[in-house]
Amino acid sequence: MLLRMRNIHKVFGKVSVLNGVDLQLERGQLLGLVGENGAGKSTLMNILGGLFVPTEGTMTLDENLFAPTSPNEALQAGIAFVHQELNLFPNLSVMENLFISGFPKKRFLGLSLIDQKSAREKAKELLSIVGLNVSEKVKVGQLTAAQQQLLEITKILSRSPRIIIFDEPTTSLTRHEAEKLFQLIERLQSEGIGIIYISHNLEDVMSLADEIMVLRDGNCVRQENQNAFTLPKLIKDMVGRDLETYFPQRDVTPLREKCLEVSQVGAEVVHDVSFSIRKKEVLGLYGLVGAGRSEMARLLYGLDVMQKGTIHWNGQKIQQPSPEKWVQEGVAFLTENRREEGLMIQQSIARNIQLAGLPNYTTPLQTVRFRDLDSDVEQQARANKIKYNNLKDQSVATLSGGNQQKTVLAKWLMIAPKLLILDEPTKGIDIGARHDIYSLVNDLVKKGSSILLISSEIEELIGLCDRILVMGEGRIRDEFHKAAFDRSAILEAALHGKENQTLAT
Amino acid sequence: MKQIQHSGLQWVSNNSTLLLFAVAIALFGILSPAFLSFQNAFNILVQAAALGILATGMTFVLLTAGIDLSVGSIMFLAGVISGKMVVDGAPLWWAGLVVVVIGLEFGCLNALLIYRLKVIPFIVTLATFYVGRGLGLFISDTRAINLPESFLTLGSGKVLGIPLPVILLFFVITLAHLVLTRTTFGKHIYAVGHDPEKARKAGISVNRILLGVYVICGFCAALGGLVAIAQLGAVSPTFGLQSEFMAIAAAILGGVSLFGGRGNVFPGTLIGVLLIQTIQNGLVMVNADPYLYPLITAAVIFLVVGIDSLQNQRREKAKRLGLK
Repeated sequence: MLLRMRNIHKVFGKVSVLNGVDLQLERGQLLGLVGENGAGKSTLMNILGGLFVPTEGTMTLDENLFAPTSPNEALQAGIAFVHQELNLFPNLSVMENLFISGFPKKRFLGLSLIDQKSAREKAKELLSIVGLNVSEKVKVGQLTAAQQQLLEITKILSRSPRIIIFDEPTTSLTRHEAEKLFQLIERLQSEGIGIIYISHNLEDVMSLADEIMVLRDGNCVRQENQNAFTLPKLIKDMVGRDLETYFPQRDVTPLREKCLEVSQVGAEVVHDVSFSIRKKEVLGLYGLVGAGRSEMARLLYGLDVMQKGTIHWNGQKIQQPSPEKWVQEGVAFLTENRREEGLMIQQSIARNIQLAGLPNYTTPLQTVRFRDLDSDVEQQARANKIKYNNLKDQSVATLSGGNQQKTVLAKWLMIAPKLLILDEPTKGIDIGARHDIYSLVNDLVKKGSSILLISSEIEELIGLCDRILVMGEGRIRDEFHKAAFDRSAILEAALHGKENQTLAT
Repeated sequence: MKQIQHSGLQWVSNNSTLLLFAVAIALFGILSPAFLSFQNAFNILVQAAALGILATGMTFVLLTAGIDLSVGSIMFLAGVISGKMVVDGAPLWWAGLVVVVIGLEFGCLNALLIYRLKVIPFIVTLATFYVGRGLGLFISDTRAINLPESFLTLGSGKVLGIPLPVILLFFVITLAHLVLTRTTFGKHIYAVGHDPEKARKAGISVNRILLGVYVICGFCAALGGLVAIAQLGAVSPTFGLQSEFMAIAAAILGGVSLFGGRGNVFPGTLIGVLLIQTIQNGLVMVNADPYLYPLITAAVIFLVVGIDSLQNQRREKAKRLGLK
């Protein structure tokens, strides 16, 4: 047995992320690791990679006790990560990237110089092993996404790893490139390297894996031979739970009247997207990473420039959408990265909540009615169930992810939005805070607002939406109405569409 | 067809500094035939030496996405102290050594404040800018120091017919080029400039790199200051004022990015330095109104930086759309 993880627990503060997970990996085996966002996949892998120390549990590597305390230690032991975000420097050459952590050296006039000749030879040798057919002198920024990924793997292979963890390796690859990657992975397996493969693309996992492990809410649902799974069964294992308990009821039917109409909107990676949202409707938008969902929302909100198409808001055409106009119209956009785009991270909770609604508390003389503002901010913070010690002095950086997200939401609820666009609102948020956010969304709809909910979690969409659109490769691929919601059909639409697209080209 | 147009534009924007250089030479050449003489070209090189050395140091800092505003003050302080020493009868080599030590110390101070206190380089070096200038004014009683003849040999001396400042410039640029292209330290500078977090993950000690670049910048400031006072023969209370901006402008004209990780000393920064010096020299040759100099420098900077910004925006957009 190459790797054995036994009874792994991990608790962050009060939140338990992993509750006694077991994992086994044989030499040359490929273990597919699947589960929803927040199921604990990355925590488990970060424990293996030495980033976190488990609260409880043990690991053995080749039957020896293995307890890394730093990523470097894990790396030395032969555990290598291929992250979704590659650790490459586009401003340096292929050769320089390969040896950035340790160049071959020579002495010249007392200076310690890079031994260009031997570095180049070694680089060529490494590149030929993985079949990456580029010059070692070329800048990495000029390589395609697939070539960059191969380069990252090359870098890893030069350290002779025992286990390689792939985290969503195919999201930026075309189908053809992905197939080539799979061939390489197979070769690595045949050399005895154990592979852990994490992906939301379940078809890939089904076809690649020897064994599959399903994680859900920090528990291992099961680890079994790949033959024991079928795609629908796998999906059910991933998301199968009593949805009603997590998703509060909402007895609101959408009105016939439309509030937003989008037609033929397009730019670089978004193509001819048309749809409309009714008043009091929750419209879901599903798609794999890179499907163009966030890009579409950014176009709509005027964060990126729309190249074609028209947008109507309550029957009126919006010329050149901009966040400023939308806020005036009562349309809010909760972006995907709350830390970078949603919050002034060092400022107080109150300052953050005030931001969007401030114009409504401004007198004709441009002074602010602070008494009204302060009391409304506090009321909103309480309604959102933000857990804080001091609203006015505590910076949002000190809050947990869930409470940060509730703060962003509070900021937007201060303008009582008629349409709220939510982009991955529950990413990296624990179950309790999710439930609170879902309730807030429902309350808003009851008051007459509409929601556009972008999410990678089918379960969340099914639990909340009246209608779900599925996007793939920048286009809308399919539409599902509430009566016809079906997890596997939705997932398949997202996957399958991609499949068709590549067959056609 | 669109493709051809596109790559043509690309070529123009990639070589904007060289094109400007050619335009400047052609223009001044037409207006004043003496401008094109060999002697004048040589003069430009001699005049460019001090700025070239400063800008080389500045390039190291800019490559890490930092900035050093204290360069002019280091020059001034080093000039004042060494000038006083020499006037008081200290030997030249001793004064030179003190100058270099002052430069190194300021570099150390800048780097330490930046990574120990985690204050952005702009603020830190703005503070040390005032420290250097203030100390210099205090020590010199805000009076100009006239240097003895012996000091001037550094500025006007020749070896094998080549002026010493040019030899120094050549030496500094060669060494800097070697460090940036052929050493681990150089490659790590580019890595840190692109993304310090990634660099840390790749096992690079970011603090050590920062210390290195600010010390190099301080050293170059002191050395460049030495060359400049040796050419001028005096240290006035305004000596070195705005030199940091000239150095930054030269590096940026040479294609060094303010966002870090892109650019080089040779040919990049050297071309930027020569362009600035050529324009200044040319304006003198055609008897332009001296008040126009800063405006023309400004126009050139706007042009080149504008083009760089456009390129950067395109790159950013391509990155966001392509690699996501």
